[in-house]
Amino acid sequence: MIIRIMGEGQFEVPGSLFDELNIIDNRIVDLVAKENEADYRTELSRLINVIKSNGKQLDDASIVESNIIVPPEDLSLQEAKEIFTGSGLLED
Amino acid sequence: MSLFNRMETVLKAKMNKIVNRMEDPRETLDYSYEKQLEMLQGVKRGVAEVATSKKRLQLQRSKLMQSIDKLSGQARDAIKSDREDLARLALERKGALELQVQGLDQQIADLEKEQDKLVAAEKRLSTKVEIFRTKKETIKAQYTAAESQVKINESVSGISEEMADVGLAVERAENKTQDMKARASALDELIETGTLDDVTSSGDDIDRELAKISAESNVETELAKLRMEEGK
Repeated sequence: MIIRIMGEGQFEVPGSLFDELNIIDNRIVDLVAKENEADYRTELSRLINVIKSNGKQLDDASIVESNIIVPPEDLSLQEAKEIFTGSGLLED
Repeated sequence: MSLFNRMETVLKAKMNKIVNRMEDPRETLDYSYEKQLEMLQGVKRGVAEVATSKKRLQLQRSKLMQSIDKLSGQARDAIKSDREDLARLALERKGALELQVQGLDQQIADLEKEQDKLVAAEKRLSTKVEIFRTKKETIKAQYTAAESQVKINESVSGISEEMADVGLAVERAENKTQDMKARASALDELIETGTLDDVTSSGDDIDRELAKISAESNVETELAKLRMEEGK
């Protein structure tokens, strides 16, 4: 499974990790809804740490499509809310 | 919808829009590369401006420090000539300026931290944009040769994703420099208009009263010290 962490490149991680990531991901959704900034930060950096520590970074020069795209670690709660509700982070 | 599903949907939707707008993917790649270069230049300029703002604040700080020294000297002189009222006034002003310096120190430290982060981001982006350039040339050549259609499609979707990633990263870096520039210039303005001088303007009544008491007691302590030093 290939995961792109926005701004940091791509990581190849075992597919078995998906369930664990999904749990953290759901927790993040919950925390964003509750506007719990502190716990949101912790969970997002945990998500990214799990990917980095279990994965192998792909060479920057080989660019393939990812299975999952994870937002950057310094994504603010406000930006996360925009991703969930608005048109996303990128301008049209 | 989960954060990473949503992230993917957002990116793919945006990328499809760009790719659909242009019939030839080679044009899209070139266009995107130009755009990335432009934005990267913007970020570089921003980083330089933030550094300038920081220097300006440091300059303000050293001016304040000079004033503080001057006020200390004046207080001492006043005590020497038995003008406690003048000494008190000088010490009160000095206290206000010291608070202002503390505020500036905090701002300078924050700006420095963020500047470091931006410089790192800018370096990472430069590398990515450069890699993107090489990669896009390969894909263009592949496309032109129309070798294996499947392989090209794969590469194109991979590079679309990379395009979106680099685009997002420079956009955010740009926003951050904008924020910092705005913050630094707002602070400059506050200092120039003297708003920061008014140390009692923030906080509620109790805070104000407490600040006043502690400022007064600081003044008393310093006065006593000066009196002792001058043997008065």
